[in-house]
Amino acid sequence: MSGERQKGLRVAITGGTSGLGLALVRELVDRGALVAFIARHREGVERVSRERPAAAGIVGDVSRKDDIHPIAIQVLGALGGLDVLVNNASSLGPVPLVPLADTDCEDLERALATNLIGPFRLTKALLGSLAASARDGRRPLVVNVSSDAAVTPYAQWGAYGASKAALHHLSRIWSEELAAEGIRILSIDPGDMDTPLHALAVPGADRSTLKSPDVAAREIADLVVQ
Amino acid sequence: MIPAGTATPRPRDARLLVIDERGAMTHLARADFQMLVREGDIVVANDAATLPASLAGVHMRTGSSVEVRLAGRDSLLPRDATRFTAVVFGAGDFRTPTEHRPHPPRMHPGDELRLGPLRAIVVAVLAHPRLIEVRFENPVAAIWEGLARHGRPIQYAYVPEPLAIWDTWTRIAGLPVAFEAPSAGFMLDWTVISALRARGAAFATLTHAAGISSTGDAELDRLLPLDEPYDIPASTAALIEASRDRGGRVIAVGTTVVRALEHAARADGTVRPGAGTATERIGPRTRLRCVDAVVSGTHEPGTSHYDLLRAFQDDEVLRRMEREADAHGYRTHEFGDSVWLAHSRSSALIRVLMIRGRGCEGRRTPSRRLLDRSDGASANAGRP
Repeated sequence: MSGERQKGLRVAITGGTSGLGLALVRELVDRGALVAFIARHREGVERVSRERPAAAGIVGDVSRKDDIHPIAIQVLGALGGLDVLVNNASSLGPVPLVPLADTDCEDLERALATNLIGPFRLTKALLGSLAASARDGRRPLVVNVSSDAAVTPYAQWGAYGASKAALHHLSRIWSEELAAEGIRILSIDPGDMDTPLHALAVPGADRSTLKSPDVAAREIADLVVQ
Repeated sequence: MIPAGTATPRPRDARLLVIDERGAMTHLARADFQMLVREGDIVVANDAATLPASLAGVHMRTGSSVEVRLAGRDSLLPRDATRFTAVVFGAGDFRTPTEHRPHPPRMHPGDELRLGPLRAIVVAVLAHPRLIEVRFENPVAAIWEGLARHGRPIQYAYVPEPLAIWDTWTRIAGLPVAFEAPSAGFMLDWTVISALRARGAAFATLTHAAGISSTGDAELDRLLPLDEPYDIPASTAALIEASRDRGGRVIAVGTTVVRALEHAARADGTVRPGAGTATERIGPRTRLRCVDAVVSGTHEPGTSHYDLLRAFQDDEVLRRMEREADAHGYRTHEFGDSVWLAHSRSSALIRVLMIRGRGCEGRRTPSRRLLDRSDGASANAGRP
């Protein structure tokens, strides 16, 4: 792993106030990266900002079209450019989970808005900055947080699984297209983690069987700073 | 010319009026722009994203409604986003043509402006009563949030619908430092950029804080363009040098790129990388050192943008360009059609001869390039 690359590496993380996103904010700040994180609720953003004052907290909802450019402007205002974007914010769709036949269309739309359209829009809004990073030889990277539910058809995970499957495939196609620009787009399955999102989906899960988000964050951080 | 009154940054039917070195004119679909670019050339664009630089608010001493249009700053550094040069308008918004806008109250140093969540202090009144320097009192992160959330893109009355911020961002938009869209860049998309590379040309960017184009006040307009900070990446400077060494042309997408490159140009036409502030006005007496051709929107005589074009071709050619664009119904302003204007005294041909003289030919043989140059008015227009 290259210590050089971590120094001054400019990283934006969505969904940065809980679960994997929060673990990534902590891990990357502690490794010396310049970090901006985005989350919907100001209280959460302020809480994490107090914990890691070096990180720039931004209030915004990636599922809302009108929030995307204000988020991008604030990310670039905080970091002065961008090398890594982690699209981590996720929506389960209906909570508690229900079969597709009982899933309201609005719940499916919400899952798609957060897990697919939001990452697409934010990546596009920041693509010029990522391409500038590539021209500077900084090997920019977009990490889209996926799930094994993107591949395996788990009953009751329809809205989430379908949206993550779409994100996974979007990542693969985009990666092909952007290779010539020097921008990598990865879809990563961090595994079943002990996070608030997992607790919502599987309230009775044995937490001792779940991966710590800190471990997943270290794995992703290793990848990001390679 | 007809104003383009629809906020379509990439209209499929956009056109490109091509004026070659000799002043000969042809018409192209703008989508075919890359056909003008040859192996060894370099296309340089401004990758500044557009700030929502129009801030509505209140002048606290008088209680008057004002619109503050941010128009300049000293550097591109995000942490320096506290002090701006700004133009103040009275009550109302873009729907009223700028020249009919009511005057703002007289500004005095120390006056407070409340602009949504932002609080600004008038630091100084500059060379015109409506041109001021302001300092935001909020922490820097809150300034960026306030601009992002409360600001709106600067807009003019010929586009009746309110612009969304994404209407003003080019495909390559990066750091949000432009006060108005670097609109020549609307012609670029990732497909075009890929096509440029496939033709053996290089693509590079610089970042230039494009200022405002018009204030509605002739005296104030004469002060434009204000000083504009820019940054030229080392990779861009190196690619320009490599292209020139091969006899390739430097093609600037937009007047801001010309302004930055010529400000940073050394006598030999290479450019100094890094941060700078473009201070000169480029006009008929400017000797261009770096740029061989500019792609730009159409501009009206008398504006600073038009003056810049006079460095490329003499007034007779530009008058013919105006007539040609008028006769063919070209649309003007930032969402309109475009012109490709080659420099009549471009040194690209001389560079090719010098390269041949040195015997260090590029990948492409000079004789072939000279053939391209010598086959008359169509040399620049549409050779695939």
